[in-house]
Amino acid sequence: MSDTKRFLYVNRKAPHGTVYALESLEVVLIGAAFEQDVSLAFLDDGVFQLVKKQVTTGIGVKNFAPVYRALGDYEVKKLFVERESLEERGLTEDDLMEITHENDDEEDVNSVEIVDRARMAEIMAAQDVVLSF
Amino acid sequence: MSTLHTVNKSPYERGSLASAIAHALPGDAILLIEDAVVGARASARKTAELLKSAGSACSLYVLGPDLAARGIPATDVVEGLTVVDYAGFVDLATGHDKTQAWL
Repeated sequence: MSDTKRFLYVNRKAPHGTVYALESLEVVLIGAAFEQDVSLAFLDDGVFQLVKKQVTTGIGVKNFAPVYRALGDYEVKKLFVERESLEERGLTEDDLMEITHENDDEEDVNSVEIVDRARMAEIMAAQDVVLSF
Repeated sequence: MSTLHTVNKSPYERGSLASAIAHALPGDAILLIEDAVVGARASARKTAELLKSAGSACSLYVLGPDLAARGIPATDVVEGLTVVDYAGFVDLATGHDKTQAWL
């Protein structure tokens, strides 16, 4: 499809304290219907959105974290997480939930790629549209 | 593919400006708007150091009406910052391939 555009959703806020993370996820799911080239970026406090074992029952809000693991079913296969943002917050890749998608051979492959800040800047620069949350 | 980066949060409260600078590439522009302009005062050393780290590769701007609204004279901004009006904002937006907001 020649009119496919590269869309990047930039996530820079921790979940639950504000509505940014949930709103971003909802826009990603809506946008998935338009069959564009979609990537998600997680940097700064946005890396907290992908931390595993989030339990929100005590704060009375919906836990939307499991939805990230369904992104592959919506053909959203590229999640870039910034290494420096993880390190600054005492996190490693092992603290993040496992998010996969099916490849053409119907094998589950990892959707999450840890990238350094310079690579993240390149990824951002390569987009047609950047949506910030 | 150049980008206009807009920053609308005070550098004293959030890391948005630092993050924008860390991800901007040569040829990009950074525009301070809304609360971000409180860091634009010439005496604001924190912003001056941050903007200096952006180097000469990026062009740096601040929105005049937001300065005026906060009592900051357009003549008293950090060296290297260019003051623009709303028409200048539009020129920056159309002069780059895309705009990226650092919220």
